[in-house]
Amino acid sequence: MQYAINYGTLTGMTDPLTLDRLTLGRAARIASVDWASLADDEGRRLRALGIDVGAEVQVSHRGVFAGADPLAVAVGRMTVALRRVHARAMQVVEL
Amino acid sequence: MNAPAAIQLASVALVGNPNAGKSALFNALTGARQKIANYPGVTVERKTGRLMLPSGASVDLTDLPGSYSLSPSSPDEAVTRDVILGHLPGVAAPQVLVVVLDASNLEQHLVFAQELIALGRPVVVALNMVDLAERDGLVIDADVLAEGLGVPVIPTVAVRRRGLAELAAAIEAAELRVAAGEQAHPRAHLGMAERRLEARGLANAAILSETAKHRLHSRLDGVLLHPWIGPLILLATLFVVFQAVFVGAKPFADGLQAGVDALSDMVRGAMPPGLLRDFLTQGVLAGVGSVVTFLPQILILFFFLLSLEASGYMARAAFLMDRMMASVGLSGRSFIPLLSSFACAVPGIMATRAIADPKDRLTTILIAPLMTCSARLPVYAVIIAAFIPARPIGSGAISSHVGLQGMVLLVLYLSGIVGAMVVALLLRRSLTKGDASGFIMELPKYQLPRAKDLAIGLGQRAWIFLRRAGTIIFQVTVVLWLLLNFPRAEHGQDQVNASLAGHIANGVAVVLKPVGFNRDIALALIPAMAAREVAVSSLATTYAVSSGDKEQTQHALSAELKKHWTLPMALAFLAWYVFAPQCMSTIAVTRRETNGWKWPAFMLLYLFVLAYIAAGITYWGAIALGL
Repeated sequence: MQYAINYGTLTGMTDPLTLDRLTLGRAARIASVDWASLADDEGRRLRALGIDVGAEVQVSHRGVFAGADPLAVAVGRMTVALRRVHARAMQVVEL
Repeated sequence: MNAPAAIQLASVALVGNPNAGKSALFNALTGARQKIANYPGVTVERKTGRLMLPSGASVDLTDLPGSYSLSPSSPDEAVTRDVILGHLPGVAAPQVLVVVLDASNLEQHLVFAQELIALGRPVVVALNMVDLAERDGLVIDADVLAEGLGVPVIPTVAVRRRGLAELAAAIEAAELRVAAGEQAHPRAHLGMAERRLEARGLANAAILSETAKHRLHSRLDGVLLHPWIGPLILLATLFVVFQAVFVGAKPFADGLQAGVDALSDMVRGAMPPGLLRDFLTQGVLAGVGSVVTFLPQILILFFFLLSLEASGYMARAAFLMDRMMASVGLSGRSFIPLLSSFACAVPGIMATRAIADPKDRLTTILIAPLMTCSARLPVYAVIIAAFIPARPIGSGAISSHVGLQGMVLLVLYLSGIVGAMVVALLLRRSLTKGDASGFIMELPKYQLPRAKDLAIGLGQRAWIFLRRAGTIIFQVTVVLWLLLNFPRAEHGQDQVNASLAGHIANGVAVVLKPVGFNRDIALALIPAMAAREVAVSSLATTYAVSSGDKEQTQHALSAELKKHWTLPMALAFLAWYVFAPQCMSTIAVTRRETNGWKWPAFMLLYLFVLAYIAAGITYWGAIALGL
């Protein structure tokens, strides 16, 4: 959570919210994904797991150690582990 | 050749998302009538079995690796696509598809199901784990779903055998449609986004009511994935596993050893002295017997690995380990194959097929042999028992409970792990250089592992191990015994020195002398190229031969070792074993998984160099310390 605050002050609050900075347990919808910033097969894998524009998501757990990476993201009735670098490519709107 | 056999029955394949309960359904449908190509990983290998149909006929049922779509993002998903589309040479495409859906994750699983149904082949949908869905408060109308999909939908609970007869009947009906010459009618192919929209609609229509969400899972995850408690639980789990392997197996191993000894005595009592009797007691029983006694340890280790996998905890372990693996350029995905490699590198290397990134996968394959596999255990156990005193490490309250022998074993395991991490780091900066790999993986629902599934899995491992003991290890032992006993020594001459094996070993020993190895070690290492644990039986055979017709099995081996080896030699031998690539099966599976000799050759080379250096440093270091 320290991370989110630092990031916010550094870049200004007008910056759109991305999945990696979503508050733990808060529901949100993926508004857009910068697929170009992800490797092709990583993008494919994320879409296959239902992580795509329009999906309702929620960050349920964060990893250990510095950086709190990876994230466990609940999507529907499934939980998907992904790295912060993937989450950063996804803009979300809180519900 | 009975009447129904006149109809050529088409092959059937089980296909679906990972974690849909496919393996359990496959076990329930085929029972123990399964065939596995070689070493199975959980749903990674192509498994086939016979499925009995209601009419009494039986068909081939294949269990395909779990997949999210026909556009693969990992090698095992590619296998699934290739088999279904008939792209795999020599494997006919299955004509009937049984699509397995997790009822409690319907919307997600319907995305792939639609892609499969669109192929136009006869499809039967198994709506699996309906009991878990009900527990989660979901009520699903299978008829509505069947109508929406346009294919039969059978609710099943694989582990309670619910719906299996209905499923078999539906498969038979589909078979009849194939037999009647019905052609595939491919439907319009929808894109991923359209299929997802469609899946949502289908799921919403079929789900009659939905109450509580999966509370149990999130509560368990709250503890097991907790940033501080989670890693502690993982560490404790691994500790319990290894403790059970080393302590829990002892009574069983002792029992087996007693059996081998009794058998040896029986042979000695029943046969006149001579070469044949020596061959049976010193060659076959001392050699194969000393390896078979490690079956309990291997089974206990596999029991835990299979349970962790089936319970869904393995994916959590991967989650917790991801950050650490990332620091050496790998991902949490690599943790599962590497953990399996503690049992055996062969299934470990095969399990790397689930790793999407090719360079990640290659790195994991190359370091897998550094994990201390169960075949090293017999060797470690014998040397440690002979040379490391069984006394507490200190006199403090805690340290007096920690034995020196156990500590040495721990150091050996840790050396392998640290070595693997260093090698991974170096490889990721040189030969397998590339972008940092990602980590994207589903965390499946928690489930209690089923005794029957575990029993089938363990039965397969036990069979593979015993088959190895009965074939490779038996043959190597016999050949070694022959080489050791011929030509016969002149009167007063040592048999080992006179034998053919002795001459070969004397040559190899020249190379190994700088790291402290003597002729006997060289002699043990040659046959152990086939399989590591053979070193124990070779040493047992060697010393049994040179000491004549005394009672010689593993118990006496430790005394013989102490007579012929020094402590620095023993330690150097252990250090060698941490790294040396002495396992033909590992080399063979690496060749198969990397499609060529380049990487297995590299693996052999780098591991031998590491082993040589490690043994040398240990030997001269121990001498310098005055040990």
